[in-house]
Amino acid sequence: MLEEHKNVGGHLDVKSSAYKTKLGVRMFLVYLVIYFGFVVINSVKPSLMGIHIGGVNLAIVYGMGLIVLALMMAMIYTHLCSKEEAKHGESDKGGSA
Amino acid sequence: MNYEPSYLAIGIFLTFVAFVIWLSFYLARRTRSAAGYYAAGGRIHWSVNGIAFAGDYLSAASFLGICGMIATVGYDGFLYSIGYLAGWIVALFVVAEPMKRMGKYTFTDALDSKFQSKGIQLMAALSTLIVSMFYLIPQMVGAGALVKPLLGIPRDWGVIIVGSTVIIIVATAGMVSTTYVQFLKGGLLIVFSTVLVIALFTRGIDNTPDPGGGKKFHELKTLEAELGDDGTLVIPDTTYVVPPDWDKTPYWEKGFIKLFEDCTDCALPLVWRVEKNSPTKFTLTETLFVTVMEEGTVFYNGAAKEKHKFFQVGHLSEIRQDGKVVTETEPLGPVSFLKTIRDSTAVLWGKEIIKDGTDKVSVYYQKPTSGEQVMRPGLKFKVGGAPIETVNFISLMLALFFGTAALPHILIRYYTVKSPASARKSTIVAIAAIGFFYILTMYLGLGAMVNGVVDITDNNMSAPLLARSFGSFLFSVITAIAFATVLGTVSGLIIASTGAIAHDILDKLMGLRLSERAQVISGKVSAVLVGCIAIILGIVFKGMNVSFLVGWAFAVAASANLPSIIMLLFWKKTTKRGIAASIGVGIVSAVGLILFSPSMYVRYGKLASDAPFALDNPGIISIPLSFITLVVVSLLTQKNAASVKQNNRAEA
Repeated sequence: MLEEHKNVGGHLDVKSSAYKTKLGVRMFLVYLVIYFGFVVINSVKPSLMGIHIGGVNLAIVYGMGLIVLALMMAMIYTHLCSKEEAKHGESDKGGSA
Repeated sequence: MNYEPSYLAIGIFLTFVAFVIWLSFYLARRTRSAAGYYAAGGRIHWSVNGIAFAGDYLSAASFLGICGMIATVGYDGFLYSIGYLAGWIVALFVVAEPMKRMGKYTFTDALDSKFQSKGIQLMAALSTLIVSMFYLIPQMVGAGALVKPLLGIPRDWGVIIVGSTVIIIVATAGMVSTTYVQFLKGGLLIVFSTVLVIALFTRGIDNTPDPGGGKKFHELKTLEAELGDDGTLVIPDTTYVVPPDWDKTPYWEKGFIKLFEDCTDCALPLVWRVEKNSPTKFTLTETLFVTVMEEGTVFYNGAAKEKHKFFQVGHLSEIRQDGKVVTETEPLGPVSFLKTIRDSTAVLWGKEIIKDGTDKVSVYYQKPTSGEQVMRPGLKFKVGGAPIETVNFISLMLALFFGTAALPHILIRYYTVKSPASARKSTIVAIAAIGFFYILTMYLGLGAMVNGVVDITDNNMSAPLLARSFGSFLFSVITAIAFATVLGTVSGLIIASTGAIAHDILDKLMGLRLSERAQVISGKVSAVLVGCIAIILGIVFKGMNVSFLVGWAFAVAASANLPSIIMLLFWKKTTKRGIAASIGVGIVSAVGLILFSPSMYVRYGKLASDAPFALDNPGIISIPLSFITLVVVSLLTQKNAASVKQNNRAEA
């Protein structure tokens, strides 16, 4: 059986929750900084977006890079969460409400 | 524009849409209970759910709006792609897990599991309704734009057809059908967009692109004119006659001139753009113009619609490859396609509105733009220009980033998967599919820009019209998928709205202890009501870029819901009053600022510069305002909250 308990808020908790929440917030902050780097360059020095990089320019590389980075970080996050859940012996069905 | 319908296209289109509707009816038979209606009983596989997420999210806005915006203003349209996708990071990393653990069917339930408060129930249900409405508008506008070139019928009919179809689907079926239907069309949309992009690469770029659909590329004319000694304007080409009052018209003040042409079809003189080369020498370039007479008659390039004087636009005026000017290229790859456009010059189109007596004339004029500018932000959101434009840009990027996690129709899918682990896997599948598609939008938009397919009066149709340049089959399939995309997204939104009305307001808030059967019936009645309102709004907002409209929905969602979701999960001092106030302030400030924005003033028929609020995107003000409200009200109501919580627990 899963070690779950109902807390004051009424939702179910499992052991890996705290880890997953912390990890999620940290990875979110990393992405946030990179995303706002893009916004800041466009706001402060837009001409920088025009510099050529391998046939295209910084705008294309940074913009498409943000999309690819989102996917890569999402995969890393999922992998780490699953590892943590396995450590606590929580199955895929863990935490269903 | 006037379009000739193609019967093959209509045949494929109707077959596809009929199949989608049949599928909904077929799957509906499995859904009887209220739980099944709202959340598919939590029994949908994560991979199916992931693509369905993508199907939900890749709405008319993604496919039609972004491509249309890129086709007309270049990179700035791609900002929406970046922002929409980045928003998933907030959804996955911050909101997905805790929400899944807390919620049952709706956003309201998630809040409600923490605070048993009628105020919160009401505010959250209202916010779901309003955000859904804002998100419904662009879907309906997109639907109207879609059927126009396909069926050759007016836009309003498209809106009515989509509205009625969705009302039938939602009122008879429910969530199960829409999940599988979303899965199907989300997958098809990505597959066929890929096919279209490959076809685009294979074709290469041509100076005189063939727009397809039985039309030829329109060669834009240029005239030389000289000021004579007697004050007349002399044009060597005798096809054109200069009227005597040529420099005393409202056209001349804005850099245009009226010329009479030897033409039997024309009811009105032509409008040309004037460029001054020297005090006595001018170059005149062709424009496209739409004249709306006082009584409502509309002329396209000075002639009735049926005379086909209007043409599709978009081409490179000069193609440069490796420093050499060429007239056409070999097949290109993903990088060389972008590189060629970067090094070339594209003809984009500016717009000017001129009052000529009682006539309102919209003139679209040529604006040759270097590829360097097309490939970076700045043509729509003029970064590096006035500070207010930069703020507008930041505001948009903020709303897109934080809006995704706060959309009611996205959140509802978290509950259709069994566990947080499954929800996570669904989200990965969704991000991969959506990210790939968004990269394709760049190519589709630029492809439309250089292939002479853009309808300058409504750029929402750029991607499907690009498909038409490859033949009827690809055109009808892509239009049918896009139409189904609209159907799916609209039904998802209507379900979220009916959930808010039937489940939250009627059942919980008003305390009507409805039987399961009565719940389902009240859900269906709400679906019909919401659908009818959506139809009306779709007609009111026609012609606006749908991606821009979605930007507003994101801003409202981020302002109304996000502060509550985030603070509820991460700040222990959050109180129910804080949440209710934050949602209220978020809705009122975001919607209020939109109503007073320059873009809305243009809708009201006034001048954009008269708008009391200079920003088109409210997020930068309304999101922080909603956060601050939550914190301040929560801090002020600390004691109150504790005692109420105890009371609630005692009652329970």
